[in-house]
Amino acid sequence: MAKIEKSFESGLHAEQLSGRTQQIFFSAEEGENFFYPYNAFEVDFNNKAEFDAKDLNNKEINLKIRELMKEDHGHIVLKNPMAKHSVGVGILNRLRLDIEGSLGYFGCGLIDGPNIRISGRVGWSCAENMMSGTLVVEKNAGSTFGAAIRGGDLVCKGDVGSRTGIDMKGGTIIVGGRTGTLSGFMMQRGRMIVLGDAGPNLGDSMYDGTIYVGGKINSLGVDAVHGEMTELEAAWIDRKLALYGLEAPNGAANLQKIVAGKQLWNYDNLEPSEKKIVL
Amino acid sequence: MCGIAGIIRRGNPGNIGKEMTSMLRSLKHRGPDSTGFAVYGSPGENQCVMRFKVAEQEDVSKGFDIHQQIKNRRALVNSRLIEMGVEILTEEEATEYAFRYTFNFDGDMRRVADYIEDIDNVEIMSLGEGLELIKDLGDADVVSEQYNLGTFNGSHAIGHTRMATESDVDIRSAHPYWAYPFNDVSVVHNGQLTNYWGWRRALEHRGHRFMSNCDSELIAVYLADKMDRGIDLEEAMHDSLEELDGVFTYVVATSDRLGMAKDLMAAKPMVLYESEDFVALASEEVAIRSIFPHEIDTYDPYEGEVRVWQR
Repeated sequence: MAKIEKSFESGLHAEQLSGRTQQIFFSAEEGENFFYPYNAFEVDFNNKAEFDAKDLNNKEINLKIRELMKEDHGHIVLKNPMAKHSVGVGILNRLRLDIEGSLGYFGCGLIDGPNIRISGRVGWSCAENMMSGTLVVEKNAGSTFGAAIRGGDLVCKGDVGSRTGIDMKGGTIIVGGRTGTLSGFMMQRGRMIVLGDAGPNLGDSMYDGTIYVGGKINSLGVDAVHGEMTELEAAWIDRKLALYGLEAPNGAANLQKIVAGKQLWNYDNLEPSEKKIVL
Repeated sequence: MCGIAGIIRRGNPGNIGKEMTSMLRSLKHRGPDSTGFAVYGSPGENQCVMRFKVAEQEDVSKGFDIHQQIKNRRALVNSRLIEMGVEILTEEEATEYAFRYTFNFDGDMRRVADYIEDIDNVEIMSLGEGLELIKDLGDADVVSEQYNLGTFNGSHAIGHTRMATESDVDIRSAHPYWAYPFNDVSVVHNGQLTNYWGWRRALEHRGHRFMSNCDSELIAVYLADKMDRGIDLEEAMHDSLEELDGVFTYVVATSDRLGMAKDLMAAKPMVLYESEDFVALASEEVAIRSIFPHEIDTYDPYEGEVRVWQR
């Protein structure tokens, strides 16, 4: 029997969700589903501060946020970011951050813990490498939205560009509108919910994780296949969308579910412990 | 990397020189080597406008007799224009080596262009009834001030900030590109074409000439050639997505239209803002915000998307 057939027979290619984020995956009663850093300090969300970023450069804006956090402000309102790049990056603690306006590239990257709301649009690579927390964009987003995120909830209520969730390793990405080509490319874990249409090559070369689509899928990428929707998943999606005031157009149960076909070369390169089972 | 931008006023003309300067200033970090503008105004009824240079900027600081050579080259341009029956109306000296002429002429414009460019070191930057193409070394403020663009009124414009990657830092390699010899067609582009030489040979066989080895120039000539054969601009742009290989986003302008196209991989950025009066587009939203500081809705066009707007 060929090695690949043995591994199938052993159940290694059935959809066995694993890993920290996946173990709590389909609990419809689950809580916030994100972790705060182990050493995160408590903050007073009622201690609010505001500042105008119109005449500040991106470094000055980020330093101002840190300065206000050091002064124990748990709620910061940032006005007039004017689409500047790399604003709100590297926030590694609990914080409520309201950004009134739009961000440029790499907005809110490398965050671990804050709850961020952006009233405008975000440019390319928003929330790249996000670890935990929530980030909600009220309008549209550019390409590589949520690239390589590992945890938290990342939400765009409008349309997003191409390569959404590329290389994502956990967490949840929710898109209220449509998403562009190569979304979920090389996705390794986590969930992506797209309520509108998905562009060409959806889920191309994905290793694991799940993509749900409410609209039309232009085409599936290499090794991406349709999966079977379960009641538990639908309940979880409904609850998750409700957190952000969103709703699946025809009900969560009617979303298309896309998973890895697990036929690519990497599935022949099993972990040593897995090889023992196969061989 | 490079930064590209475009703006079109769908109502009354306005100070597009100042607006494009502001947009390109915001994109300086994407390319500090040179800056270029293609602005569309109205030189006058039935008048043509020609921008040309007779030397590179760096030539002026070299050699003992370059200043005399510049005068000689310009005098030769004038004598050839008169010889071809061109009635020169105005002559402006933007820099020592770059000039703007307006003139009346109802003959074969390509013959005029070929005859002028036959002069060594003379290059026509643009020729048409609306297009004026200005490009030079330096950032947006430097070039805009040098060529007095702060007061330029017109209907639409495209611009480019260049980070030189595959050719020299000189005016010839700067963008935008005019689609020689087609009136009023210009292109700015961010990306790389991988089948450049195949298409260049094909277009050269059709009689077109190239002043540079830059793939952006090829896009301009490719589109202009299609339009010359009766194909609509929008259809020609759709064709380009199938026929040109590589990753690219480009912006094209004609005498009365502005268009953008994004390749099938959507690998190069573009942000759009549309209102009843304006359309503005740029590699980064920060450029659009530089002229619309109030809250506006912007979005990214998708892979394979082509858009065209009329002024």
